[in-house]
Amino acid sequence: MILSFGIFILPKSTRYGYTLCLIFLMVALTSVAALFPHLITNPLPNLLSYTVPDTLSSFFILLINFTSATAFLYSGGYLKPYYDKQTSLRWSVHLWAFVWLYISMILVVLLRDGYSFLIAWELMAVSSFLLVIFEADDRKVLKTGINYLIQMHIGLLFLLVAFLIAGKASGEIGFDGLKYYFSGHSNILVFCLFFTGFGIKAGFIPLHTWLPEAHPAAPSPVSGLMSGVMIKMGIYGIIRVLFSIQSDIFIIGLIILGFSLFSGIMGVMMAIVQHDLKRLLAYHSIENIGIIGIGIGIGVLGMATGNNTLTLLGFTGGLLHVLNHSLFKSLLFFNAGSVYLATHTRNIDELGGLGKKMPYTAAFFLIGSLAICGLPPFNGFISEFLIYLGLLKSFPESSLYFSILLLITLIGLALIGGLAIFCFTKAFGIVFLGQARSKHVENAREVSTGMLIPSLLASAAILAIGLGSVWFVKPVMNIASEISGANPAELFSGRLFETLSRISVAGGVFIGLVVLIALWRNLHLKKHTVATGPTWGCGYTAGDEKQQYTATSWADNFSSLANPVLGTTKRAVHIGENDLFPHKRHFETHPVDLFKTKMIDRPINAMLNLFKKIAFMQTGQIQHYILYAFLFMLLILVLTMFKIL
Amino acid sequence: MVGIPLILLAAFFFPGIILRTKSIVSGRKGPGVLQPMIDIRVLMGKGSVYSTTTGWVFRIAPVIGLATMLAAILVVPFAKMHAVIPFQADFVFFSYMLALGKFFMIIGALDTGSSFEGMGANREALYSMLIEPAFLVLMGTFAMLTGFTSFSDVFTAFHLSENPIITVFGLIGFYLLVQIAMIENSRMPIDDPKTHLELTMVHEVMILDYSGFDKALIHITTAIKFAVYGSLICSSLVPSDWHPGYQILLFFSIQAGFAIIIGLAESFHARNKMQKNAKFILTLTAVAMLAFLVVLIVTNKLII
Repeated sequence: MILSFGIFILPKSTRYGYTLCLIFLMVALTSVAALFPHLITNPLPNLLSYTVPDTLSSFFILLINFTSATAFLYSGGYLKPYYDKQTSLRWSVHLWAFVWLYISMILVVLLRDGYSFLIAWELMAVSSFLLVIFEADDRKVLKTGINYLIQMHIGLLFLLVAFLIAGKASGEIGFDGLKYYFSGHSNILVFCLFFTGFGIKAGFIPLHTWLPEAHPAAPSPVSGLMSGVMIKMGIYGIIRVLFSIQSDIFIIGLIILGFSLFSGIMGVMMAIVQHDLKRLLAYHSIENIGIIGIGIGIGVLGMATGNNTLTLLGFTGGLLHVLNHSLFKSLLFFNAGSVYLATHTRNIDELGGLGKKMPYTAAFFLIGSLAICGLPPFNGFISEFLIYLGLLKSFPESSLYFSILLLITLIGLALIGGLAIFCFTKAFGIVFLGQARSKHVENAREVSTGMLIPSLLASAAILAIGLGSVWFVKPVMNIASEISGANPAELFSGRLFETLSRISVAGGVFIGLVVLIALWRNLHLKKHTVATGPTWGCGYTAGDEKQQYTATSWADNFSSLANPVLGTTKRAVHIGENDLFPHKRHFETHPVDLFKTKMIDRPINAMLNLFKKIAFMQTGQIQHYILYAFLFMLLILVLTMFKIL
Repeated sequence: MVGIPLILLAAFFFPGIILRTKSIVSGRKGPGVLQPMIDIRVLMGKGSVYSTTTGWVFRIAPVIGLATMLAAILVVPFAKMHAVIPFQADFVFFSYMLALGKFFMIIGALDTGSSFEGMGANREALYSMLIEPAFLVLMGTFAMLTGFTSFSDVFTAFHLSENPIITVFGLIGFYLLVQIAMIENSRMPIDDPKTHLELTMVHEVMILDYSGFDKALIHITTAIKFAVYGSLICSSLVPSDWHPGYQILLFFSIQAGFAIIIGLAESFHARNKMQKNAKFILTLTAVAMLAFLVVLIVTNKLII
């Protein structure tokens, strides 16, 4: 930690290398500590004894390590164009904040004590704020950053209150004291406080409004890190609290499941109508937080109803999705960043045809897209499959209302899957395929090899989990059983692992088939003539790139279906009946986040109006202020006389 | 294991039977039952023409489409016999595998940069996205009724019995499977493969630029997809105590019957208005929930 201040002292050119070494050193150390926790207890029994990671912490540490390391590797190439533009101080602050974001996330998952946890939590907010405002010359970025910082502090307030309430009763502020508090008091209130506090970080709708603003504003490696792991700290917090709950379990499960389903479906629906590539990915983070929450929610419901299968499969699916999402979302953000670097625009409608100019970026983005849609044989399928399996296996034995609940979850999950496919065919297809839609694309070049290596690592991990799911599900299920107290032996002996290995076999067969058919096709085409020509234009040969489908037109048939909940605004000047020689027209659409406008902007505007109205009292004359003080004292006197106060 | 060749055999005749039904009903002499297969053979003997706009995505899409279909067959049972690789919740795998194929066909169409193909791909994406819940809800109800979660176990345990409520469920299930098969294959009532205007097409306009060998792959995929859904319908109807010989006989008659139903539907039905399609597909999810209600009654969770 102390070494991190060295960033400020060193010459500008060596700072990146120094930070890289520092981060890799810490990654190596913490990985060893996470994998072999008994090693660190022996040499340093007193100093570090309270930071010994349990399995849940170890899981999160490994996850943070992987994504932080790849994100920092990627930022080496990504930040290069900024090297000359930014001042030396700002450059150092950025690198320093990166190190501290990493350290604080590790501390968050290690510390159990309330105060130190909150300090680490605060450090995480501040360092990520510094990272977001890297391009602070743009006032919009600065404004977004401040908005982010304020929302994080609202979350912190909820957590502080929750810890204090629990700590007052149990005498110990921290996660360990919760168990005692929950055994004697109503669980629901304090849990809701925790859920709100952690939910702001995780981005559950309607607590999500910072997320689609901050992710596009931040540099891409930072967005990847924030979306990949930092928002998962909210999930970590919720799970950590779930360790201790004793009563009201059913209603808590319902709360988690309800918010998650809502976040999942609304998140992906709002993602579809976005034009900004990174904002689209940000809304998908909300969707995936929803899927994780669905897993955890049904896990808790399983705990409440004593359904071991549902508990284990729900928690395992949710936790595995945390890992999976950190992999494919960082992969997607890295490649979206490469696109931005090459074209200087994030507007999907201005891109197109990048697949030919940046073939590797396109391929990696495609892998990320397939994985995030939950398609086999990639990793997203495994975690969603586990949740599906939990739902389906619980159908026969559950009661009337519970089966209806499961059915709603099933429909929600299926809808999310379908909508994600709709969204990512758009994101990949419009950005990378077809013809260039604007001159931004003309000078695009493939990014350097150094920037592709992190994507390669993430893709390899994605495929490894997709094809070798058994090895990953087993340890995650152990964590799930630790959280819930459910015994996994029943499922171990059951057909679960047979099922997973058969999925791997089927995935392998699929890849084999692809290779075989592709070989057959190539052999065939070698023997026959292959010609090229223009795309079929229905007789019109002078079509140009403006006639292609854009992100807006792709979303049009969907947004007309979903407009009641999305509220996309369209602005167009129509051609009138008597317009014989129409002038040039234009058409624009703006995706609106209804939650932001209705729940945040509107109350704030109402409040500002109110303040404006009472501003007449502020006259600036001292005698008026004395009068106010006198009136106030009179009021208190009257109230005390009538014993109202 | 015996199922896969039989499904492929059924696929061989399936498009022909649809074609034959349509020509007989409309009073034309029409081509023979094997005409679609002859077409595919001709296409397979040819090279291909590629648009200069396209890249590797366009070329790999039909290959992946066929591979997903063949991989999906692995979990499909034949009559009452188990599939090759049955596992729990394998219909989720089935459904997502088909979605993977669709994903590639859609981006393959976008690779051409044509507004027509963009339109077709866009429509196909929307419809297949909306149909996914209906299929999973239907299979979820089967799972709830039988207590099993894999295609093979569900259909082994499920059989139409004396219980009238189960018959009702069977009918709803049959109706849904037929409709889902039609939508997955982009046939009536959401899409008319014989339409001649690009603006009114869905699937046909999506694959407009494919030619020769690649087009043959797409046709093969479609034929197999029909037969696979026919096989699912068959599995839900075959009584388990029948002799395997009779089961195979019934399998082929159901496949033929399914093809004839499609032919008849396409002869006498008008296609939906394009804007109505989304509502129509969502209605199917509602029907699937009706099936769920019926199962609630059967399993005594909801007592009337």
